[in-house]
Amino acid sequence: MNFLKYSSPQTFYPLAGKLIPWFAISAALLILYGLYIGLLIAPTDFQQGEGYRIIFVHVPAAWFSMFLYVIMAAYAALGLALNARLSYMMASSIAPTGAMFTFVALVTGAFWGKPMWGAWWVWDARLTSELILLFLYIGYMSLQASIDDKHRADRASAVLAIVGVINVPIIYFSVKWWNTLHQGASVSLTKSPTMAAIMLKGMLVMAIGFWLYSIAVILLRVRREIEDRERSVALLQEFKE
Amino acid sequence: MQWNSWSDFLNMGGYGLYVWVSFAITFCSMAIELWLLRARKLNNQKAASKGHTQ
Repeated sequence: MNFLKYSSPQTFYPLAGKLIPWFAISAALLILYGLYIGLLIAPTDFQQGEGYRIIFVHVPAAWFSMFLYVIMAAYAALGLALNARLSYMMASSIAPTGAMFTFVALVTGAFWGKPMWGAWWVWDARLTSELILLFLYIGYMSLQASIDDKHRADRASAVLAIVGVINVPIIYFSVKWWNTLHQGASVSLTKSPTMAAIMLKGMLVMAIGFWLYSIAVILLRVRREIEDRERSVALLQEFKE
Repeated sequence: MQWNSWSDFLNMGGYGLYVWVSFAITFCSMAIELWLLRARKLNNQKAASKGHTQ
């Protein structure tokens, strides 16, 4: 089977259309299951009472704000390397969802910070670098929208996306590198988790739900993107004739 | 099940406001994203049908 054939927008468009319902349905089921665990089953936290339940939306949103940025930059780099239209379309389809999760992570963080730290916002390393991530997403989208020539817009915004990747490890390790108010990672690859198994399960289920949601939404958006570009090509041909 | 009553559940041990606003913002943001994409779809369909009739 030739996977490369799906790298052209014309063949990817129907494939994405077929995949979307599967991702959407499984996302909805997992998010409902995650809500069930997080709100009804998981026990009270011994330090933060019921207030800790914000973790079930805050942490998955924060993970995907960073993860989607890396994927976006990878597609942008692929676009630059291969001059591939579909890669650029993927990159620009990821940006709004990444920005949405960054916004959610920041706002739910504020609503968690207020009762636990006594402040909606502090200018510490974790919060500030996450805010910079939001500005990077917004910068990427504005740059793409502000250049009329689509090809130049793709290349210029790809460079911005790639340079901005440096911010992701800064966010991730900020709680180790600097003294911050933000707590350290509850889950890491090298240490056993510092939270109860059922809490961890709720968080992971929600995270997988957000992942599948992201895929569904990005595939939906890339289809709109393909339609937009096809239409502008058709208009251009009409104009030439 | 962690809760004895509805009011217990809604009160979230005194953190109700913070917990519910956080969950509401998360899922409203996702709903708005889906709604915007739907608007874009309808818009593209309209533009496509216009193109055919011309």
